[in-house]
Amino acid sequence: MSNNMNLTLKVWRQKNAEAKGELVSYQADHVSPDMSFLEMLDVVNEGLIKKGDDPIHFDHDCREGICGSCSLHINGRPHGPKQGITTCQLHMRSFNDKDTIVIEPWRAEGFPVIKDLATDRSSFDRIQRAGGFISVNTGGAPDANVIPIPKVIADEAFNSATCIGCGACVAACKNASAMLFVSAKVSQLALLPQGQPERSRRVQAMVAQMDAEGFGSCTNTGACEAECPKEISITNIARMNRDYFSAKLFKSEE
Amino acid sequence: MKLDAKIPQGPLAEKWSKHKFNLKLVNPANKRKYTVIVVGTGLAGASAAASLAELGYNVKAFCFQDSPRRAHSIAAQGGINGAKNYQNDGDSIYRLFYDTIKGGDYRAREANVYRLAEVSVNIIDQCVAQGVPFAREYGGLLDNRSFGGSQVSRTFYARGQTGQQLLLGAYSALNRQINLGKVTMYTRHEMMDVVTVDGEAKGIVTRDLINGAIETHAAHAVLLCTGGYGNVFYLSTNAMGCNVTAAWKAHKRGAYFANPCFTQIHPTCIPVTGDHQSKLTLMSESLRNDGRVWAPKTKELAEKLRKGEIKVTDLKEDDRDYFLERKYPAFGNLVPRDVASRNAKEIVDEGRGVGTSGIAVYLDFAESIARLGEDAVRAKYGNLFDMYQQITDENPYKQPMRIYPAVHYTMGGLWVDYNLQTTVKGLYALGEANFSDHGANRLGASALMQGLADGYFVIPYTVGDYLATVAPKPVDTSHPAFEETKKVVVERINKLLSLKGNKTVSEYHRELGHIMWEYCGMARTEEGLKKAKGLIQELKSDFWKNAIVTGVNEEFNQNLENAGRVADFLELGELMIDDALDRKESCGGHFRLESQTPEGEALRDDENYAYTAAWEFKGENQPEGLHKEELVFENVKLTQRSYK
Amino acid sequence: MSNFTKTFSSSLGKKLVMALTGIFLCTFLVVHLVGNLQLFKDDGGQAFNAYAYFMTNFGPIKIVSYLLYASIIIHAVYALLLTAGNKKARPVAYAVQKGSQNSPWTSRNMGILGTILLVFIVVHMGDFWWKYHNAELPYAKYEISLEDPSIINVSEVAYSDKLLVHSEVVDVQAGKRIVVSKDLYKVVNNAFQTWWYVLLYVVAMAALSFHLIHGFKSAFQTIGWDNSKLVPIIRFLGVWVFGVLIPLAFAAMPIYFFFK
Ligand SMILES: Cc1cc2nc3c(=O)[nH]c(=O)nc-3n(C[C@H](O)[C@H](O)[C@H](O)COP(=O)(O)OP(=O)(O)OC[C@H]3O[C@@H](n4cnc5c(N)ncnc54)[C@H](O)[C@@H]3O)c2cc1C
Ligand code: HEM
Ligand code: SF4
Ligand code: FES
Repeated sequence: MSNNMNLTLKVWRQKNAEAKGELVSYQADHVSPDMSFLEMLDVVNEGLIKKGDDPIHFDHDCREGICGSCSLHINGRPHGPKQGITTCQLHMRSFNDKDTIVIEPWRAEGFPVIKDLATDRSSFDRIQRAGGFISVNTGGAPDANVIPIPKVIADEAFNSATCIGCGACVAACKNASAMLFVSAKVSQLALLPQGQPERSRRVQAMVAQMDAEGFGSCTNTGACEAECPKEISITNIARMNRDYFSAKLFKSEE
Repeated sequence: MKLDAKIPQGPLAEKWSKHKFNLKLVNPANKRKYTVIVVGTGLAGASAAASLAELGYNVKAFCFQDSPRRAHSIAAQGGINGAKNYQNDGDSIYRLFYDTIKGGDYRAREANVYRLAEVSVNIIDQCVAQGVPFAREYGGLLDNRSFGGSQVSRTFYARGQTGQQLLLGAYSALNRQINLGKVTMYTRHEMMDVVTVDGEAKGIVTRDLINGAIETHAAHAVLLCTGGYGNVFYLSTNAMGCNVTAAWKAHKRGAYFANPCFTQIHPTCIPVTGDHQSKLTLMSESLRNDGRVWAPKTKELAEKLRKGEIKVTDLKEDDRDYFLERKYPAFGNLVPRDVASRNAKEIVDEGRGVGTSGIAVYLDFAESIARLGEDAVRAKYGNLFDMYQQITDENPYKQPMRIYPAVHYTMGGLWVDYNLQTTVKGLYALGEANFSDHGANRLGASALMQGLADGYFVIPYTVGDYLATVAPKPVDTSHPAFEETKKVVVERINKLLSLKGNKTVSEYHRELGHIMWEYCGMARTEEGLKKAKGLIQELKSDFWKNAIVTGVNEEFNQNLENAGRVADFLELGELMIDDALDRKESCGGHFRLESQTPEGEALRDDENYAYTAAWEFKGENQPEGLHKEELVFENVKLTQRSYK
Repeated sequence: MSNFTKTFSSSLGKKLVMALTGIFLCTFLVVHLVGNLQLFKDDGGQAFNAYAYFMTNFGPIKIVSYLLYASIIIHAVYALLLTAGNKKARPVAYAVQKGSQNSPWTSRNMGILGTILLVFIVVHMGDFWWKYHNAELPYAKYEISLEDPSIINVSEVAYSDKLLVHSEVVDVQAGKRIVVSKDLYKVVNNAFQTWWYVLLYVVAMAALSFHLIHGFKSAFQTIGWDNSKLVPIIRFLGVWVFGVLIPLAFAAMPIYFFFK
């Protein structure tokens, strides 16, 4: 195809968690605009493997914007220049011939680099484990239609629930704060009637774990919301703050 | 070994209740003395691990992703069936059972399917209690949509991401048990082999994907919940990491593999654009509720479209062939997947395909947009339309989508009995990894149902029946079988790492995919399959000579991971071909050109093929042994499926 | 640790402190501005000096002023703690980071803006507050006509440690009210004759503007006040009242004296 592009990539290469990393330049030629960003990297990697070199490591799985695995900081922005999508949904038609593209891993104390562009985001799992659940054993549930939930509330809870746990919010935030993620998780359950019994315990436990993981403090810059591929709103953060303060300051300890 | 499916006696509707009563129980105080390994944390694995831990068992759970939440169940879009009859439209457990058996083209076990339909109602309750935000009506009650292959509305959904919401529910239950110390979670761990002692599963060997450490883990029982093997086709709607490795290793250790050739080709996916393509994206089946499938009436028109001489919007109603509505007036665009896919292929084969490649048909929303308004359509399908536009750079509100079938789901899998136990004692298979409930074709919205049924409501009962026969003694990895199995794993890794040829692993994978798609895809022939078998054998031996695997074991090495998976796919591919060759009838997703009705529909041969083919591994490069489990239908009458 | 101290050492707790002290400082700004508007009165500083006296000597206001000093210190200390913590949260910086494409400039520079404000506050308090309390300022004597209070005769009285900070006598015979007070007005007037001093003020008020355009609404987001009906009001106040009106009014004062 005539509209193929030639690009220069500057990719963060780091052998393992302990090694020192650096930006390394690669040439990506004949890139079709119909390729996804990750497919472009696949092609570069095929070339590296053929030379016997170590391919560029990055996390990815579903390649359709839902698993939250992919996580590249592209030209200064998580998931690249477009809004509301993940890196795997980014297509090369968003770039121009002869562009230089800088690709870095998520940078945060809570997301240490494992290798190249892959980071360890298990901190998110630990936050969820601390309280992101409703304590209901299998088998004991009442009929699903016993509790009607107004559509607006169900929809609002759903909006919070769409978070894919990618960590772009942390990556975008100048403070590497995980507030958008945590608040989305807290909000989903705080909004629903099923989540009420543990509401106060949940928010306290999850915030405590978030702090323990070394994420920064929110200064309400809104970068998270702007970069979140699922367009989660920072209203969730306000809601979580409210829940947290009322739990801490006005509820008796549980 | 004679296959015993352990189907309980008695009337269909009472089988499961009676069976639950007859299963042996583990004394509550003893439960904590048992350890169960759960490989996989998708819907099946996460629900099983959480439920077993709630009962008191110690669970070790494994997944290869960096988080249990990223298992490929996350990607399911459309919905999950539940025979709740909330819509008062005539649904019932029996109807869901009947639809599933019929949809599966009468190649599934009645008893299993009935149980599935029976527990489907509990699944919905369980998920709602966990906080899964299903779509609701203004009155606050749950909403339903209809799905292919059924005439009632019983599909529960959460916008276009039902899978993610269900998985997050199961993941939260799992998290709660991890937090309580009942589940130990191993992420970024790949299961490399099963350890058997005297024919019973006693543990697994894993590789830590970060540092390459080969570890052994012992348990009283092992559950494989490792998903489907659609990636054997290279291009599929599955995630990049989906693999057959765990199931395949179990197969080589004695677990029979059932109906491997039964793969589902989903009719509505975004067509391939070029060689660089790494995966295909599904457009949810729910789109067929409002979208109309069509192709140009003549080859000439299609030709002009492909060349760009005319635009799709120029085509008049008279020039369009709404082929599904025309051929299947009763079900129209909502015919089951296999039927819809095959018809799209026929159109393309006739030269009436569209798009630059000519390998696509249209899915058109113009009529719905005119009837409901663009906003209503956006509210229903907005995220899917956006996804489509993102990938194709075309606006589906303004022009029809181009779609084409793609590999989506594998009905085949490890053979299991009614208790979900494989032919290896103590080794169970759940979810897409087993073959159990969908016969030759799966109905939409029933895989999520099956995964959760297996994990939440079946295995917690049936695994106890086995554990009650095993002494509640602590387990360890001291038995020599662990060291031996580990050695096998290490040797294979070393062999892979020694490959320093000139062709990348992905190139082999792509070639394998081409062969499978061409000869073992939507239409299969004796001749083609035989040819494919030869091609795969060549490819396999070439792989072990000329592939390139870079790096070392003791590091994060994605190239090595992939090499191991592709090597297993190469072996599986051959078995799929064997299975497809054996089954000379057409049924469900398996369409043998030699066996069709005069109208070109799949022609089953119940006389000779009403069985499940379970294959036994007999040694490297040895033909596998075929065992037949006869399917007995006591409740439904076998008829030629008709959706006209 | 008790739940209470734990609350304020958590990341959210620290933010709560920032927000509460921030909002308190904002309310103080309003009071401070209303008082300072007396500077524009053409009365030789009489009303302003009276206001200065009132602010520093009226009991309840005094308590509030201690709260104010504490707030400034706490706000600054917590800002430092938070900023340090946030730096630690990203030990390795990005080679390229395009914050400008996802967040407003003000929100990313609260620390710098705050530091400018702190420097300003120190200079400002040193020049006016400290001098007023400790230095040997001259006094102003105002003879105000009882018939027409706009007729004021101003004269200077030299400093003496016998004089009260502020005294007022009504001389009915002369038809005058005589007010003698420490002449902070003059200090202000003198200070604002230097161009760079005026510039410092204008820059600081610009910093205040930017600090509050983000800070005001941010504080409400932090305490969790995001009711959809309130948010537009808070945004409006944050931008137009605290971001524009108040800093402009403050900045107008030095400019006014400079050109007077
Ligand atoms: C795009 C798409 C859309 C779909 N939509 C629907 C729908 O609308 N309705 C419906 O009912 N079904 C749908 N399906 C099917 C359904 O999602 C799957 O069949 C089902 O979720 C499979 O669940 P599972 O738990 O069996 O496996 P998965 O969710 O695939 O989980 C597999 C797990 O096994 C682990 N694993 C695999 N191999 C190894 C190994 N070697 N070592 C360690 N761990 C391993 C993985 O880490 C993962 O945790 C869809 C499927 C796809 C691909
Ligand atoms: C008149 C003086 C000041 C006023 C009225 C003021 C007001 C505010 C307000 C309302 C906030 C928002 C709080 C929040 O986001 O929750 C804020 C934040 C902030 N202030 Fe100030 N402030 C003043 C002085 C200072 C000073 C002197 C400093 C620096 C030492 C400072 C540093 C900061 C910082 C860094 C923040 C951002 C912190 C955050 O949002 O978490 N401020 N300020
Ligand atoms: S809130 Fe958005 S950016 Fe953050 S983890 Fe969730 S989906 Fe990713
Ligand atoms: S790879 Fe799954 S979201 Fe990108």
